[in-house]
Amino acid sequence: MRSLIDIMDLTVEEIDGLVSTAKDIMENPAKYAEACKGKKLATLFFEPSTRTRLSFEAAMYELGGHVLGFSSADSSSASKGESVADTVRMVSCYADIIAMRHPKEGAPRVAMMKSGVPIINAGDGGHNHPTQTLADLLTIHQEKGRFENLTIGMCGDLKFGRTVHSLLCAMSRYPGVKFVLISPAELKVPDYLIQDVLIPAGVEYVETTDLEAVMPELDVLYMTRVQQERFFNEADYLRLRDSYILNPPKLVEAKKDLIILHPLPRVNEIAVAVDDDPRACYFKQALYAKYIRMALILKLLEIEV
Amino acid sequence: MMVNPIQNGVVLDHITAGKAMEIYKVLRLDKLGCTVAVIVNAASKKMGRKDVLKIYDVIDLNFDVLGYLDPGITVSIIENGEVVRRISLDLPEQVEGVLRCKNPRCITSCEQELPHVFKLTDRSRKVYRCIYCETMAKNK
Repeated sequence: MRSLIDIMDLTVEEIDGLVSTAKDIMENPAKYAEACKGKKLATLFFEPSTRTRLSFEAAMYELGGHVLGFSSADSSSASKGESVADTVRMVSCYADIIAMRHPKEGAPRVAMMKSGVPIINAGDGGHNHPTQTLADLLTIHQEKGRFENLTIGMCGDLKFGRTVHSLLCAMSRYPGVKFVLISPAELKVPDYLIQDVLIPAGVEYVETTDLEAVMPELDVLYMTRVQQERFFNEADYLRLRDSYILNPPKLVEAKKDLIILHPLPRVNEIAVAVDDDPRACYFKQALYAKYIRMALILKLLEIEV
Repeated sequence: MMVNPIQNGVVLDHITAGKAMEIYKVLRLDKLGCTVAVIVNAASKKMGRKDVLKIYDVIDLNFDVLGYLDPGITVSIIENGEVVRRISLDLPEQVEGVLRCKNPRCITSCEQELPHVFKLTDRSRKVYRCIYCETMAKNK
């Protein structure tokens, strides 16, 4: 029985397989319409989410399956002090697969250790968000046609941004990838990712605070939100939240085939005026997220279509 | 006072000089009823200076804990005055109950019954990370 806790649980070949299945689902949705008939997905969201929960639910419905679950800790027995392990043991009596979001880092791994059914990590604190990374990867492959030989700019909160960490790990396995890490000094990529991932993989990277200076060299620009919920100190959040705002003038020097990604929700880090730029791919990214989650559910339930 | 040869017991040799008392405390040797000899700053051809612990009884030792604290230790098990087993320690792949995760966002911070387990992720730099949140442990 497989679970997905960390994007690195998947080999490059498995990611290629998921991307390929997702593309097939996009082209032939009718073929998959009853693939999960009689199966149930439990969505255990101990922390608020719009996109991730709805896209998991839409994914399961489009596969012909059913969905049950809760959308905040207040409406679960966690509010009575039930442990993650007990919740998951109970839910695995009712569902065939579980997607879990939890504010505490490592909670989905605890769930995996106790569950009788596959667990999908739908985000654990500032730690990992592997299905967002799968959505990012599908978007990159769909829009650029490849994973290799890309210069990827990551901008904003690179310290607490779990999607940044997972995407950085996943893309570092492809040849010719270069990272440009753009952030204020306080929100730099954690040192362990540099030491344990980028350096051992021999991946080229630069760290900078100047988005406009590096814009012309980017093939992919991954924007992130400075997340208020990751700060213990309100003053730090207010000081850093407006560090980078992408607007049309900043894109003048960008490549014509740049793609702009954002895991959403955005606050003000991408001006609304950028939405009409053909290089803006963040809403397509939300659509692709559903297809890659469909592919993942099929894989973890070991259903072949 | 005399430090006699051990008939039945355990000798922890090649302890890094200065670490004997830390190991004494972690292994809770003060709770044993038998004699324990703590030798500090002994001359060593191999190490210059070393510490040695002599335990005058055969006890169960957690080699993972010892290996984490000081991977260069040699453990000799002595029976009837003879060394019957000699074990060279190494950094363990995983340690449980030795380190505590300090990350306030880790699931272990709110679910107290979870064991604190750390996995070796970089042998050359002796890096251990929490298996749940991957926060790095501070080196002992």
